Amino acid sequence: MVLRRATRDQGGSPTGAGPGGSSGGSRSGEEHHLSTQTVVGGLSGARGTNKYESTYNRGVTPLGFVLTLVVISALAGVLGSLVGLGGGIVVVPVLTLLYHVDIRLAIGASIVSVIATSSGAAAAYVRDRMANLRTGMFLEIGTTVGAISGAFLTTVLPVRALFVVFSAVLGYSAFATFRKRHAAAALTTSDDRIANALGLHGSYYDQAEGREIPYKVVGTRPGLALMYVAGLVSALLGIGSGALKVPAMDLTMHLPMKVSSATSNFMIGVTAAASAGVYFARGQIDPIIAAPVAIGVLGGSLVGSRLLGRVENATIRWIFVAVLAVICIEMLQRGVTG
Amino acid sequence: MTTRSDEATTRGDEEMSTDDAKVRRVELAISLVLRVGVTVSVAVIAAGLALMFVHHPEYGHLSGPFSYHRLTSNSAQFPHTFTQLGAYLEAGKGRGVVVVGILLLILTPVLRVAVSVVSYLYERDRAMTLVTLFVLAALVGSFFLGGVLS
Repeated sequence: MVLRRATRDQGGSPTGAGPGGSSGGSRSGEEHHLSTQTVVGGLSGARGTNKYESTYNRGVTPLGFVLTLVVISALAGVLGSLVGLGGGIVVVPVLTLLYHVDIRLAIGASIVSVIATSSGAAAAYVRDRMANLRTGMFLEIGTTVGAISGAFLTTVLPVRALFVVFSAVLGYSAFATFRKRHAAAALTTSDDRIANALGLHGSYYDQAEGREIPYKVVGTRPGLALMYVAGLVSALLGIGSGALKVPAMDLTMHLPMKVSSATSNFMIGVTAAASAGVYFARGQIDPIIAAPVAIGVLGGSLVGSRLLGRVENATIRWIFVAVLAVICIEMLQRGVTG
Repeated sequence: MTTRSDEATTRGDEEMSTDDAKVRRVELAISLVLRVGVTVSVAVIAAGLALMFVHHPEYGHLSGPFSYHRLTSNSAQFPHTFTQLGAYLEAGKGRGVVVVGILLLILTPVLRVAVSVVSYLYERDRAMTLVTLFVLAALVGSFFLGGVLS
């Protein structure tokens, strides 16, 4: 912690940049490290700081930052569009841990990445009928109302406790999604009155199995309730709500796994757009971070949306469970350490 | 990519009932909105990013003393109100152009919901018109609640 603060102090000072001022800048930096060294207590600590600084702070130029971030974001876009979670799960840790960007700006970039993944992938998913448009739109009632409630409740509810609760919910979802791995057959009948009235049932062409798979939708009411919670949570914690949407559709409404993922992709853009305006107004969307993230994630989502049809439902389920387990730990850590 | 699936669609439409054809038209309209939205916004974002590097040649080295950290720290300067955005654009700054592209990206899902309201209205699907209208109202309401538009 101490090391990181020392580095940031020097990186922020304008004297370190120019050829003339560099000697003065680095000297003051060294003095700073001497004091850091005494705090840390050890020669190795000080040497580590210098090495860290030369490779990390000095070496990476804005161009290098933009190029590497585009590549990483593209990978985030592929993963996000496959499992229906958006790119935030990769973008936030990469920005904070690898590039040492403040969490506020990382979250702003993450919301941009979610919208980019959602719109980029959903264009293909809707066209190829992989996403269930009508079900998605129906469930958006829950997510948008949840997001608005969340905006009112931000000051009332304890955020850290919420992270812990959310982590527990995700842990359970991961377990339940994992347990369902053998029951893959789609439903052929439905007595769900809302689903029948709105015509929410659908069918999709499964490239991996090489046939059209019709499916029925059930559990619209518990599904809608879970979507409300998903919208609420994403507004309160500033995280993508796909992690709750996919299990809700997969476990409660019995949509095929791929359809759940594609429909979640379709929906998360709207949920994220509902809070993106706030992040913009608060000054959390830094163009030099958001631009490479948006470009990379969009490219990745185009690749991911072409892959989903060809990959087996079971594979998507496995990837989803693994990603969910990682987010579960991440949330728990944020809840415990603050 | 587009032509192949469009052909598939036309072939599929012949076998479909009129209801299915209606559903298909809405799907294609929404897919088009999303595609146009992301294409335009990514083009604007890329142009703005390029403009930033043109205006600041010191950003464009692969190695050098100028660290990206100055642009991503908490004290970095960029527009986050519409007044500031106007000033950035008037000065022809790349950051302003990037922000315009990002705002277009944020508006794409909103536009998608608006287009679905119109499509369902046009297809005389009353239940889905109400559903999408409600979502649109909630979405616009959330922008007001967030203090973005008020």
